[in-house]
Amino acid sequence: MSSFPLKIGTPDGLLFEGDAERVVCRTITGDLAILAGHCNYCTAIGMGEAHVVFGDGTTRYAACIGGMLSVMNGTCRVLATTWEWKEDIDKNRAEDAKRRAEERLARQGLTDQEYANATAKLQRALVRLSVKQ
Amino acid sequence: MAANMKAVKLRIKSVQSTMQITKAMELVASSKLRRAKERSDQCRPYFRELHQTLVDIAEGNTDFSSAYAKPSSNERCCYVVIAGDRGLAGGYNSNLFKKLEAAAGDNRDYVVLPIGKKAVEYFQRKKIEILTEEFATVANISVADCFEIARLLCREYREGRFGHIELCYTEFVSMLSQRPEVYPMLPLTDLESVSSDASGADVSDGAGQDAGSGNGQKKSVHDLILYEPDSSEVFDAIVPEYLGGFIYGGICDAVASELAARRNAMEAATSNAEEMIEKLNLSYNRARQSSITTEITEIVAGAEGVG
Repeated sequence: MSSFPLKIGTPDGLLFEGDAERVVCRTITGDLAILAGHCNYCTAIGMGEAHVVFGDGTTRYAACIGGMLSVMNGTCRVLATTWEWKEDIDKNRAEDAKRRAEERLARQGLTDQEYANATAKLQRALVRLSVKQ
Repeated sequence: MAANMKAVKLRIKSVQSTMQITKAMELVASSKLRRAKERSDQCRPYFRELHQTLVDIAEGNTDFSSAYAKPSSNERCCYVVIAGDRGLAGGYNSNLFKKLEAAAGDNRDYVVLPIGKKAVEYFQRKKIEILTEEFATVANISVADCFEIARLLCREYREGRFGHIELCYTEFVSMLSQRPEVYPMLPLTDLESVSSDASGADVSDGAGQDAGSGNGQKKSVHDLILYEPDSSEVFDAIVPEYLGGFIYGGICDAVASELAARRNAMEAATSNAEEMIEKLNLSYNRARQSSITTEITEIVAGAEGVG
């Protein structure tokens, strides 16, 4: 299969730069796969599992949360807020985060902001755990 | 003479203790700088890609349904100013403010979102409207805070409190050189005007077919971008992310610049102090010598008198 240049970046650095055959990730409207020869394209990334099939045929899974995906003149850029390869996810930490968020949500009298923060934290933890499993 | 000697000695002591302080500050700044530079190096590719993507989008965009994408009629500008928390960093803070003032021109009707204590103090003194002082210390701002700032900016922008958002920070060029810069961030049409200026210069040696196309004309048809589900929804989702990422990149660079500027300033101060001590030592020795000479002359004269 033909491949295309892919760049994956987060605020913590450029995680990957090279050729890929396929990128699959969850956007705000659902799962989406980018193959070589895609037209110029731009969308926002939601929360969920993503995987990349590299030029040599290997596949890596990752948790991908927020950000944008764009294809410009054949180059695909995934600029995510969080992108964690499956093997880098700390399961215990994610489970702790999930528990903490659930405890917080169970409490009464949260402000809207606190509630939103806790739900976002819970969602992030769940995405990480689902990728890890 | 003895009084003069004492004064010089005191002065040497005071210069020495100042030198100790500047030396310590230099060491602290350079060890912090190493970490800050790593962070900024790590963040830079993301920052660059993000900016490039948005510039590409701005250039190819023909859909102005989103508030972020269409040119703004509101002339009022909001500057996000990233300065330092502390002084003693040479011209770091004042150069940045000078640059900002040059960018704003005579127009004093603007809002600022200062990051860094020095920025807050400066704008309070200048009595310029401040959006929020919540993010006053630049040292402990995290990625999450940046996204918070971005959300706040987007909300105010949509409400029409200002029509442009620009980022003002000191770019880290190298250990020895830091350059204050002002970058437009919103609306996306502002990005385009900057990029077409820049690309105009870049392209001139190459094909040059785009150099003539101004802001109004879109480059060519094949640059059309597909947005899913639609452009306004995509922009609503990515613009806050983009602002947050951009501000974070700016902060990483600004922190590294501040530390580098401080290190340089302190290095200069230390070497100046060394020079001063050398000079003072010389004059101290001279004073000592002349006092000894006087003493000997006095003794000799006294002995002659007695004899």
